Amino acid sequence: MAVIKVKNLTKVFGAFTAVDNISFEVARGEIFGFLGANGAGKTTAMRMLCGLSQPTSGSGTVAGFDISKNSEEVKKHIGYMSQKFALYEDLKVWENMRLYAGIYGVPHREIPTVIDKMLASLGFESEKNTFVKELPLGWKQKLAFAVSIIHRPEIVFLDEPTGGVDPAARRQFWEQIYKAAEDNITVFVTTHYMDEAEYCNRVSIMVDGKIEALDTPANLKKQFSANSMDEVFTKLARKANRGDS
Amino acid sequence: MIEIVGVCKKYSKVQALQDISFSVEKGEIFGLIGPDGAGKTTLFRILTTLILADSGTARLNGWDVVKDYRPIRDNVGYMPGRFSLYQNMTIEENLEFFATLFHTTLAENYNLIRDIYSQIEPFKNRRAGKLSGGMKQKLALSCALIHRPLVLFLDEPTTGIDPVSRKELWAMLRGLKSQGITILVSTPYMDEAMLCDRIALIQKGKIMQIDTPQGIIEKFPQKVFAAKADRMSRLLSDLRAYKSVKSCHTFGDCHHITIDNVQLTIDNLVGTLIEKGHKNVTINEISPTIEDCFMGLTDGQK
Repeated sequence: MAVIKVKNLTKVFGAFTAVDNISFEVARGEIFGFLGANGAGKTTAMRMLCGLSQPTSGSGTVAGFDISKNSEEVKKHIGYMSQKFALYEDLKVWENMRLYAGIYGVPHREIPTVIDKMLASLGFESEKNTFVKELPLGWKQKLAFAVSIIHRPEIVFLDEPTGGVDPAARRQFWEQIYKAAEDNITVFVTTHYMDEAEYCNRVSIMVDGKIEALDTPANLKKQFSANSMDEVFTKLARKANRGDS
Repeated sequence: MIEIVGVCKKYSKVQALQDISFSVEKGEIFGLIGPDGAGKTTLFRILTTLILADSGTARLNGWDVVKDYRPIRDNVGYMPGRFSLYQNMTIEENLEFFATLFHTTLAENYNLIRDIYSQIEPFKNRRAGKLSGGMKQKLALSCALIHRPLVLFLDEPTTGIDPVSRKELWAMLRGLKSQGITILVSTPYMDEAMLCDRIALIQKGKIMQIDTPQGIIEKFPQKVFAAKADRMSRLLSDLRAYKSVKSCHTFGDCHHITIDNVQLTIDNLVGTLIEKGHKNVTINEISPTIEDCFMGLTDGQK
């Protein structure tokens, strides 16, 4: 079953077509990499999928809800984590969990159990009362991801989640992503690390508002006669006319 | 051009820099490679005379960062990690503003920034706040260069920038080097280390190693192998279950492993993996990457 279904999705700002008629589907439990150069339209597309921005034309459903007509329901059924982790530095670890459980509508009675389970699965029991500002970056990142799926959403959107962390923490984070996918949570992720593109089940590459390629990393490398995803990306993104550079 | 001896800096409880010493030659591209929180920005701020070290000394072109801060400020260009130009001024106004601060003009040093500035010049009447990430970066770089500095400090110029724009930026840095400018650049992207003349691997305020990128790779004490099979995530857990597999990390489409070769040969390993039901198993020796070296050094710290 598709958790994201998008057809001819378009967003126009004045004379500028930021997202130009894109169509794709993402299956349940899939890790879907959403790549593109700066300015290719990724953020605009992602904002529409999260119910934060209305499409100019085209349609889409996320977790079964229409992104134009039912954007409030979309917001309740997704998780979101950005590079600037939305954790409260002056709250303790468990207080952040408590806060997000409330925001995401986890039933009141279940919250203590949910927090205990989450502390255990992260191995954070001893850090329950630590202020978030005192945690190392890699731990904050793990916590930010965990709270973004505290309400067991069908899909989680990760916007450049690994920027700046050390190589070992970056890999541990991907193991956390795999675990979530095994639990049937669909993962939609953007990254500028091309080795991470290899860890996705399928990857799409946006150029000038359009999806120019979409397939498994292995097939993309074949299609573009490239040895690595970095080469695939470079070949496609060099064609870009607009934007950022 | 830059000489740093025994620099330490502490913020309340956190030791941001511990006994940092190294030097950078004129015209060199020197990379500080490490994750967020390693101390890169603190070191930049000490070298650009914006904060004081607790102990140790640093000199730029012979000038002391404490006593001679005035000539240093006149002769360095600094591009901080956060965009810090005037959002309400246009591209041209920002550039003229920085030129005026340094008692020069856009015309005087146009040659130096031409390659970079010409790419954004068509938009020179656009406000800086309205520019895309890549254009902001080119403007910030132009502003940092407008007074033809002896040394250019770039704090994470490629963070959040896509791989193609990153390659363009590094090509620009090569161009500046050829004009004799010394560049100290920091990055969390390990693949960019290969583009520096020399690098320091830095973690938790300590320098773990300093050398040419090739030198660091050659010093890596172990053979590294790339392992592949049909089911990569099972392969990862199976490899990690072997005691004689000393380390196993995911690397794009393969896993990089190091082994205790007294206990285990690669042929044996391939054989037992096939017995466990893995298909299309290949394990080949490869040259380690900087990222292998970085993880090798940090594993050792634990």
